[in-house]
Amino acid sequence: MPAETEATISLDEGTELPPRPFGPLTRTNFVRYQGASGDFNPIHHDEHFAQSAGFPTVFSVGMLQAGLLATYCTDLFGPDNVRRFKVQFREQVWPDDTLTASGTVVRRHAEDGEERVDLELVVTRQTGGTAIKGQATFAV
Amino acid sequence: MVDKSAVGLEGPAFEMTVERGKVREFARATMSERPEYLDDPAPPITPTFLTTSTFWQPPDAAGVFRKVGMDLKRLLHGEQEYEFFGPPPRAGDVLTAHSRVESIFEKDGKRGGTMTFVVTITDFTDPGGKLVARARSTAIETGRAPDAS
Repeated sequence: MPAETEATISLDEGTELPPRPFGPLTRTNFVRYQGASGDFNPIHHDEHFAQSAGFPTVFSVGMLQAGLLATYCTDLFGPDNVRRFKVQFREQVWPDDTLTASGTVVRRHAEDGEERVDLELVVTRQTGGTAIKGQATFAV
Repeated sequence: MVDKSAVGLEGPAFEMTVERGKVREFARATMSERPEYLDDPAPPITPTFLTTSTFWQPPDAAGVFRKVGMDLKRLLHGEQEYEFFGPPPRAGDVLTAHSRVESIFEKDGKRGGTMTFVVTITDFTDPGGKLVARARSTAIETGRAPDAS
């Protein structure tokens, strides 16, 4: 539904999308996501379990970062317009991290009778390290 | 230890009803404030919402995938992809989910010893049998717990 796309975003190839911060993230954010998603791996909320696995403390669910990146995209391009969303998990995300989502329009093309854009996406930590990379396709 | 003979293993097909309250809860947990998710009586799902299909898995489904034998303490999520073959499903839609292990392979890791990759696909079809979404998940079992970054 092209009418939903935010009119202020340029769809030209090479356009850099406006970055958006998320956080600082808390253990409560992790737990809330675990409850919503159904992924109850204790490594994300049980301090003893995380330490017994060799980690200094609990760390965020990768899919939470993925969900934040998805929110970044659907805020820009509209919830009904997602056609593909893919992420690769890189650095772990820890309590008190602040994340920044950003992206670039890399291709505009017609497929299945609609105009689409391909996006290259990244979520970075406050250290500059990459938490996740992503690729998405939205109808525009 | 991952059992490589698990390639091709299929979980039982199961039904998943997309619910408004779950979409709203998931949207809020992922910090979205779009009115389409929060106020629409039949909201579309968010791009990663189908991960909640785990709530609909029958008890025996987990047993099937336990045969893959991944160790929770050495488990990392490598990649996750969702494809939608048209606009995403909405609250009220009844989907059938069907998972299978697509591939299992090994790579030498820089920090974690030999890494074993397990790729699982879940197809989501509508009541007419049309494929509406496909999830592809890559899980990694590391040789040892990776160093904290």
